[in-house]
Amino acid sequence: MSDQALSPPAASASPPPRATWFGRLIYRSEAARGFALLSPTLIFMLVALLVPFMILLVMSLWTAVGFDFDTTLTVNNYVQATERPIYGALLQRSLWISGIATVATVIVCYPMAYYVAFHVHRNKMLWLVFMTMPFWTSYLLRIFAWKVVLGYEGVINSALINVGLIDQPLEFLLYSKEAVIITLAHAWAAFAILPMYVSLEKIDKSLLEAATDLGDGPVMRFLRITLPLSLPGVISASLLIFIPTTGDYITPALLGGPDGAMIGNLIQKMFGPINNWPMGATLSIILMLVIAFICVAFILMTMFVRRRIS
Amino acid sequence: MSTESYIRRPNRPLQVYAVIFLIVLYVPILFIPLFSFNDSIYVRFPLEGFTVKWYIELFQREAVWNAFMNSVRVGAVVAVLSTALGIFAAKAITRYRFPGRGPVVGFIMLPLVVPLIIFGVALLVLFSQMGVPLSLYTVTIGHMIVCLPFSIATLLPRFEGFDPSIEEASADLGENAWWTFWRVTLPMIFPGVVASLMLTFTVSFDEFIMAFFLTGTQPTLPMYIWGQLRFPQEFPSILALSSFIIAASVVIVFIGLWINRGAHFSTIKGDDR
Repeated sequence: MSDQALSPPAASASPPPRATWFGRLIYRSEAARGFALLSPTLIFMLVALLVPFMILLVMSLWTAVGFDFDTTLTVNNYVQATERPIYGALLQRSLWISGIATVATVIVCYPMAYYVAFHVHRNKMLWLVFMTMPFWTSYLLRIFAWKVVLGYEGVINSALINVGLIDQPLEFLLYSKEAVIITLAHAWAAFAILPMYVSLEKIDKSLLEAATDLGDGPVMRFLRITLPLSLPGVISASLLIFIPTTGDYITPALLGGPDGAMIGNLIQKMFGPINNWPMGATLSIILMLVIAFICVAFILMTMFVRRRIS
Repeated sequence: MSTESYIRRPNRPLQVYAVIFLIVLYVPILFIPLFSFNDSIYVRFPLEGFTVKWYIELFQREAVWNAFMNSVRVGAVVAVLSTALGIFAAKAITRYRFPGRGPVVGFIMLPLVVPLIIFGVALLVLFSQMGVPLSLYTVTIGHMIVCLPFSIATLLPRFEGFDPSIEEASADLGENAWWTFWRVTLPMIFPGVVASLMLTFTVSFDEFIMAFFLTGTQPTLPMYIWGQLRFPQEFPSILALSSFIIAASVVIVFIGLWINRGAHFSTIKGDDR
């Protein structure tokens, strides 16, 4: 009876009392209405995110046998991932590269967010649009642009040779860790500004006046009021850059060379040329776990620091 | 506002920094259109002369047109579907309190932060285990995952910005839920809907990571570019194609962000005061 009432066609065809049972639930209960509206999105996301992830988890316990899979469950892949140094080294390098890129982006973007939040009074929206616009253009093309700039015969090298500063192209520009870091920082800058801008914009200006009235100079005012109050924005900006860049593989593939390869490249290769899907699944799971662990540690640390300050 | 003057005093170094920042943000991208008009197969200074031959050559390539149409088709479907779902979801999130609301919203917004390679790989595994061949449909599903959070994030401020009592008034005056939506809700959130359509279309049109794992035999435009990057002699035409994509994205996104600018302000301003 209950599933008859639950399915809409049956409910509408059945006599009034039963139809109103479903109707009453929808009209009386706020939660039911909320879930009903959200359900298309939620079901889609469950099917398209959670289910594949579960299968990925299961596949990470399989073994690749030629072009087929041995579906007996084993933790062999995980053992291999911890034992063979290449995986650890790549993961470590990925974390290192995206860590530096994150710090660089936040440091470079903070003054910009500060400027727009405090010193731009007219056309604020235009500034925001201009700052965030590059974020909406193709990620692939923004990276490609840096290949054009940093290339062996690219913009920087050919310009420097033309001016006469160097005779030979600088080789370290392309295919290095530095190239990857610069490109990542540039590509994610637009993304980092928004959360920092929002938290800076929220700061009550009268607090700054109070600090000034009580004798703080500009530096102390910044360190004691503006910076601590904007910390949530800084934290979310850091996480918003760090998490996706750790798994990036386009930038290292185009600009990294052998020195700048990251874990994402290996995952991609496992599903492509190497054709070891279970190992690729294992590496994906490990990558997610490591990122989650670092983020939780980072959030706990900042909570601890904030409690100590206030 | 004389009391605020010492805070509002213009900060010269910061102003210079801001201008430099914007220049550095845009210059690398602008090299792409610059060299796409350069009459040389090499991307280097000095520039050798102005030409549009790379563009003309591009227009004559059937593969480019096919890839373009693939991208447009996927983008249009993704934009409409994710905006439609986004409207329901944004309304549910702003209007109703239900248990587990926070975690559910967090789960839906997950694709904004989790490395897309993981979702791409996971979907690939799902499709292959189900025996679904890779095609533009699989790319569409992948892009929906990427675009739904953007759509919801664009529409949320719109719903937060308008008074639910207007909808209630419409119901009191005898409209049913369906007509209330068409005659009251939709006009109120319309700028957000347009912005969401444009932004999600652009995100899908430009998306590469999901497409990389989920594309079958028909490439989208970014996949086509990726395939051509291996050939040095193709470099100038890729520059031309990229310039076109960047120009299109910038125009669409600018219009979208500009139409929706009111919502942005009201949430930022309305959050705390």
